[in-house]
Amino acid sequence: MSSAERVVPVRGLSDSEFRSVPGTEARVRAEYSWDAGYAMGTFLKGLKEGKILATTCRTCGRTLFPPRAFCEECFRPTDGWKEVGPTGHVYTFSICYVSWDMRRLAVPEIPAVIRLDGASPGMGILHLLGEVDPSRVEVGMKVQAVFRPPEERRGAITDVLHFRPVS
Amino acid sequence: MPRVAVVGAGMTRFVRRAEETGKELAWKAAKAALDSCELTLEKVDAVVLASAPDAFDGVHMKGEYLSDGAGAWRKPLIRSYVGGGSGVFAAIQGWYHVASGLFDTVLVVAEEKMSSAQPHPQGAFLTIFDNMIERPLGPNLLWIFAMEMNAYMTRYGLEKKDIALVAVKNKKNAKDHPAALLGGDITVEDVLNSEVLAWPVQRLDVSPITDGAVAIVMAAEHVAKRLTDKPVWVAGVGWHLDTAYWTDRDLHYPRYVEYAARMAYEMAGIREPRKEIHVVEPYDPFDYKELHHLEGLLLFPPGKAPEAARDGVLDRDGDLPSCPSGGLLGVGNPIAAAGLMKVAEIFWQLRGEAGARQVPGDPRCGLAQAWGDLMQVATVMVLRR
Amino acid sequence: MHPKIAVVGVGWAGFQPQTPGISYKELMFEAATRAYADAGLDPRRDVDSWVSASEDYHEGTSIFDEYIPDQLGAALRPAHTVAADGLHALATGWMLIASGVARVVAVEAHSKASDILSLPEITAFALDPVVERPLGIHPGAIAGLEADLAYSRGAFTREDTARVVVKNKGNALKNPRASFAARLSVEDVLAAEPLATPLTVLDEAPRADAAIVLVLASEDVVKALDVAPVWIRGLGWSQDAPSLETREWEEAVYAREAAKRAYQMAAIKDPATQLDLAEIDDTYSHKELLHMEALGLAAEGEAGYLVAKGYADLDGELPVNPSGGSLGWGNLLEATGLARAMEVVLQLRGEAGAHQVEGCEQGLAMSWRGLPTASGAVAIFGV
Repeated sequence: MSSAERVVPVRGLSDSEFRSVPGTEARVRAEYSWDAGYAMGTFLKGLKEGKILATTCRTCGRTLFPPRAFCEECFRPTDGWKEVGPTGHVYTFSICYVSWDMRRLAVPEIPAVIRLDGASPGMGILHLLGEVDPSRVEVGMKVQAVFRPPEERRGAITDVLHFRPVS
Repeated sequence: MPRVAVVGAGMTRFVRRAEETGKELAWKAAKAALDSCELTLEKVDAVVLASAPDAFDGVHMKGEYLSDGAGAWRKPLIRSYVGGGSGVFAAIQGWYHVASGLFDTVLVVAEEKMSSAQPHPQGAFLTIFDNMIERPLGPNLLWIFAMEMNAYMTRYGLEKKDIALVAVKNKKNAKDHPAALLGGDITVEDVLNSEVLAWPVQRLDVSPITDGAVAIVMAAEHVAKRLTDKPVWVAGVGWHLDTAYWTDRDLHYPRYVEYAARMAYEMAGIREPRKEIHVVEPYDPFDYKELHHLEGLLLFPPGKAPEAARDGVLDRDGDLPSCPSGGLLGVGNPIAAAGLMKVAEIFWQLRGEAGARQVPGDPRCGLAQAWGDLMQVATVMVLRR
Repeated sequence: MHPKIAVVGVGWAGFQPQTPGISYKELMFEAATRAYADAGLDPRRDVDSWVSASEDYHEGTSIFDEYIPDQLGAALRPAHTVAADGLHALATGWMLIASGVARVVAVEAHSKASDILSLPEITAFALDPVVERPLGIHPGAIAGLEADLAYSRGAFTREDTARVVVKNKGNALKNPRASFAARLSVEDVLAAEPLATPLTVLDEAPRADAAIVLVLASEDVVKALDVAPVWIRGLGWSQDAPSLETREWEEAVYAREAAKRAYQMAAIKDPATQLDLAEIDDTYSHKELLHMEALGLAAEGEAGYLVAKGYADLDGELPVNPSGGSLGWGNLLEATGLARAMEVVLQLRGEAGAHQVEGCEQGLAMSWRGLPTASGAVAIFGV
């Protein structure tokens, strides 16, 4: 280290030291009930009915998905609603073998960005792929939404169980 | 526009788990930076602070909690926040504090203590996703970067071995950094054989969870010239935040990085960045990100940075040394602190004080860049001697 | 000499205890739409940079800045957040323009407090994790301790603070944005349910939802716009020690230090005579009195007496919180300071409506970051 650089030591703790040094523990109760609002509320209600809804902007002509109450490019309220999907294609995907806390998963998860037919080019949504062998997933693959049975839908993104390849 | 200089820098060692509290880490870095330019806290007019999610340290309003450790007791303090982009943004914030004419001398502090979050710091990232349509799917932070990496590889027909070279280079560079957590000699095969976390991301593609803090001192021209005979001037700053609807973006190219770079280049009067920038510290939390960012910074055409890595252009003795510090992959990734570490590295490189890491050729212009949020924000600073 | 920078547009939405039909994004969109219309500017063309104030745990989202750009017209533009109060965001916007990197900046802050189900627990999570948090005290007790100390050292009386509540909720009757307006007596306040003794539930501002956007512009831009500019003449921000153990409890040092800087910048030597109105933090009734003294609006030990004799009334010599303050329109979390700034701007434009202060030319907005902090900011506006 050159004398001009200033790097000061800190004490790095080993696993066992980390568990034994004095400290406090806390679990925060941080609970929220977010208002879905007009755009997301309408979208979630649509899912309950088995529909995937997008908003439209008359100024730029785009079909915006996920739907929002405003067009971020034109900065104006969106004008209407349009049903999109349930088919589309995989824009990109991953095959994830670990949980968020780095435990190995018994069955890998396959998150993907799905671009739905009927939305403007480039408009997509995050969801999971299912009913597919991970080794057969590829970019551009045609997929479609698999809805839960109507009685199991709650007006949530999970009303779509996953997307599966179009046979 | 008034001239603003970086006049001092200091940092803590980066470690996996620090015994020190977040406040103590901030204090150690702040003290080291002040000592480096023989300045006392009384001469500091204002403090700016960067630290990523409160959920790491486990303290709400973390900026308030850290304030006295960062030297801001009874001084003006604002904590800016752009996720992973915060470290370089803090230096931008220091710049506009001084350039506005409101303050002459500003202490810039970036702190991160990720190890406080249990059972795993990744838990802090579970709540970065959209509360209505993403969180219910149980997303894991690795997902989105793996998908971005996949989009990048697919678009340009890149292979993992093209990208793994970055991890090899940075861990090697970090061997010469006295603060480094993960310096070492690894091979491309080591990266390719490491545990697959979220394909295409493998264990050695990723930077480690780290605790640490970095600080720099910034000053107006008349003060800077009194403090040092080697001021490093802020030549350009830029930042851009793209839409939150990340699934609507083309992930293979970071357009927001290009826009941030163009903003900084315009201010710095840079027309040909590849020729005019001599050393670069792009943000490298993942190996592919360094390449992605070098392209967004207009230093290489889209999809061509991997060739530069292969040809040794990015090596410390290459034509455009990239991450000579060892970067996040080698030195460590205490989020906000890692970004400011890049500014400190350019400061040391331009002053010829980087020791064993010094790049050859007497560099006169360097660039530090950070990135964050939902693959969405870029922060850029161009520095000149 | 500092550059001249003005507020050229204001917009707001909400100011309700709950806003169940609309999301935080839609709340922000409404406020932003109004502000840009007020300024006569198109955000996609005319605004150079954006600053938003937010805290992750108040949003329930880590790295909340991810979610600010679209509804503000800031997508793929230079935008950032500060984990601070709206007045810090205002100061940041001023610095961006003064530094020359921007000519027009939009500043935003919002509260969707009604989305938060566990606010006291979250507030307590801001305490020192090692020496304070394990005690498990309700953060409201900190306000009680501070008020108790003020009463016992004779700074002001319990009746004085009750009169602050009566004044502010009374002023709020004239402000259509104020959801908590009421005609109360001092006895009503004293007899209310205890919150943290000696304070009662009426001494605390109830939380509310709102979004506020202010558009700032440099002098050359102002000249080209058809607006009545309100100039930002002074800015200051500071904080005392974050730990409860080492901070000053008798005086609001953060307010004093912030004001000192703002007054110096605005060349104000005698704030009590040079200011025509003040919108200052009253999250707790006793805070208004402590802040009046720290800001130099009242001499030490005289704030209670001055409020009692009507000095700070809407038609008094120096109206304090003519809008009704937070006691009248609510605790808006990070948006509180920006709401106060907006009130001062509307007053100086002569657009405050029924709570207009006659003939005002210079006003002050001051924020406190709330429990458990000792942090605040001051802005001086003038026409």
